[in-house]
Amino acid sequence: MATLAMTRLDPQSRAARRGWSDLTIRNAFIIPTIAFLIIFNIFPLLYSLGYSFTDFRASTNAPANFVGLANYKALLNDPFIWRNFAITAKYVIVSVAGQVIVGFGVAMLLNRAIPFKGLITTLLLLPMMLSMAVVGLFWKLLYDPSFGIINYALGLGRFEWLSNPDMALYAVAITDIWMWSPFVMLLSLAGLSAVPKHLYEAAAIDRAGPLYTFFRITLPLVAPILMIAIIFRTMEAFKTFDLAYILTSQPTTEVISIRLYKMAFQEWQTGMSCALAYIMLIMVVAITNIYVKYLNKVKER
Amino acid sequence: MTQIELRGVQKWFGSNQVIKDMNLDIADGEFIVMLGQSGCGKTTTLRAIAGLETIDEGDILIDGSAVQHLKCSDRDIAMVFQSFSLYPHMTVYQNIAFPLHATRTSSADADKRVREIAGVLRITDLLERRPSALSGGDMQRVAIGRALVRQPKAMLMDEPIGALDTKLREEMRAEIKRLHVRQGSTTIYVTHDQVEAMSLADRIVIMHEGVLQQVGTPEEVYGHPENLFVAQFVGSPVMNVADAKVADEGGKVRIHLDPADPGFEFPRELLSRLNGHAAGGLKVGVRPEGILVSHEAKAGYVPLEAQIIEPLGSHDIVDLKVGTGMIRARTPSGFVPKVGEKVHARIDPAQAHFFDTGSGKSLGVRL
Repeated sequence: MATLAMTRLDPQSRAARRGWSDLTIRNAFIIPTIAFLIIFNIFPLLYSLGYSFTDFRASTNAPANFVGLANYKALLNDPFIWRNFAITAKYVIVSVAGQVIVGFGVAMLLNRAIPFKGLITTLLLLPMMLSMAVVGLFWKLLYDPSFGIINYALGLGRFEWLSNPDMALYAVAITDIWMWSPFVMLLSLAGLSAVPKHLYEAAAIDRAGPLYTFFRITLPLVAPILMIAIIFRTMEAFKTFDLAYILTSQPTTEVISIRLYKMAFQEWQTGMSCALAYIMLIMVVAITNIYVKYLNKVKER
Repeated sequence: MTQIELRGVQKWFGSNQVIKDMNLDIADGEFIVMLGQSGCGKTTTLRAIAGLETIDEGDILIDGSAVQHLKCSDRDIAMVFQSFSLYPHMTVYQNIAFPLHATRTSSADADKRVREIAGVLRITDLLERRPSALSGGDMQRVAIGRALVRQPKAMLMDEPIGALDTKLREEMRAEIKRLHVRQGSTTIYVTHDQVEAMSLADRIVIMHEGVLQQVGTPEEVYGHPENLFVAQFVGSPVMNVADAKVADEGGKVRIHLDPADPGFEFPRELLSRLNGHAAGGLKVGVRPEGILVSHEAKAGYVPLEAQIIEPLGSHDIVDLKVGTGMIRARTPSGFVPKVGEKVHARIDPAQAHFFDTGSGKSLGVRL
């Protein structure tokens, strides 16, 4: 169809008067995009791959020496890096699970005839539209032990959210859940409203109870779209930086991307940090692949 | 043993009344077909019996106890939907087993019953497939299997074969009948197809605009329609209905369907049976097979011209010109060789129906 729609230029058009052909116009749109992608995405990707095999430091003028897989070996044998990965994994699990439970729950509540449904949905989506940095700064105030509204509302006195090493990671996760549950809610809502009503009627006739209906009808039918939400949120949570960086500086909240940032721009171990970035990339791709495999299996029917 | 009873059931959608004072008794093991045009309230009535719709007034009784306030799951009624409503993410086996698993039947018992019902419906080799890989007829079999597997008190079917093509419909019709004979469960079946209704039903319930029009066996409904709506809704081709003028000619009466026609002869006893309708406000109805057609002039036959001939193989439907109007007659095939031919016809008095023009009610005249 697209090729059919591409007709001869109108001889009166400006492009025609300038002597532009369809091909020229097509290239005028595509070439800048491709150039941008190559310069800002693909080139750095390959360039950093090269650096990951060297001892390059961006802070000095010393030439980069090729060190082979030494960076990777050092990183994978470093117990501190593994602690960072463990923190990240804990954060991903808590945060994504929280978002799915809250988001899917709210979607279930909204998936019925209620007054002001559109308005409520829009308002619930607001956190998602804020900037990460703004959310981080706001929640820092909300969590404040002396004047924060959270302690006041929950009657927790001077409970330390962010300076308590055991609590800080959960505090970051709670903020992330607050911010991104609406995303899961939105996708779940789309999935839920796509489940045909007559299937629920059939289940009622078949004498299925509400829990049985939920686990055997609702959940399996929403699973593919819920899976997509989970893939997105897992990837994002794995890379999380701003929220954790702004909210606290506890060693227990040093997720892998904060470690990467420190390694690259505070310790200036450029080569090493490139290697770490590659390890992260491989992990994210691997985790996402597991989900995508599962998603395809779910979608098969 | 399941009797279903509707007593004074009323239902509104907003200001629109969709069921108007419905009263109906359904005996155990009976096959009831609800027949009517779309939007006549038949599906709503069915869904109300199933518990998928609430009713505003009246009682629904199953085996003598009122169930209108119970959830569907507590009424123990199975239903087959027009859209089949198979669970798309489950195999045929899981679909049929669903009602058993949902009520925590032991899996050995469930397995036995699923395989038994699959055998009855001849879908044993489809058990591992998903609904998306089934043909329409097989989907319907699975939907029926899912309804039958738990031996419900009653079966409700909402146009279950409406979505299938003609040949398959005929096949499934026979199959549903066979199953009903075998299982003997009380069945309520909704359709807008009168052939389906006639062929399946023990009794037909005809509805129009939320009002029950007539309840009766297929023969009663066809042979003695209680009003004009039933008369014209049941039967194909549609019954001929025309305003009738009655002329007394001493030994017999003539009924004119049109000022210009020569009039059809009826026995004189008709006059006394019309309850004063002879003067006016009378409609006469006669099915195409109630028009007797002959090539030769006979006593009581009037000459009419054939205008349209519809050959249907087993018989022809011939439109005969009566004054400015038309009546349709059923003749053996090829009886009237071509359009324009004159034939002689009369109305068989035994097959004529008389209705009051105002109320549309049958006068109950049987000659």
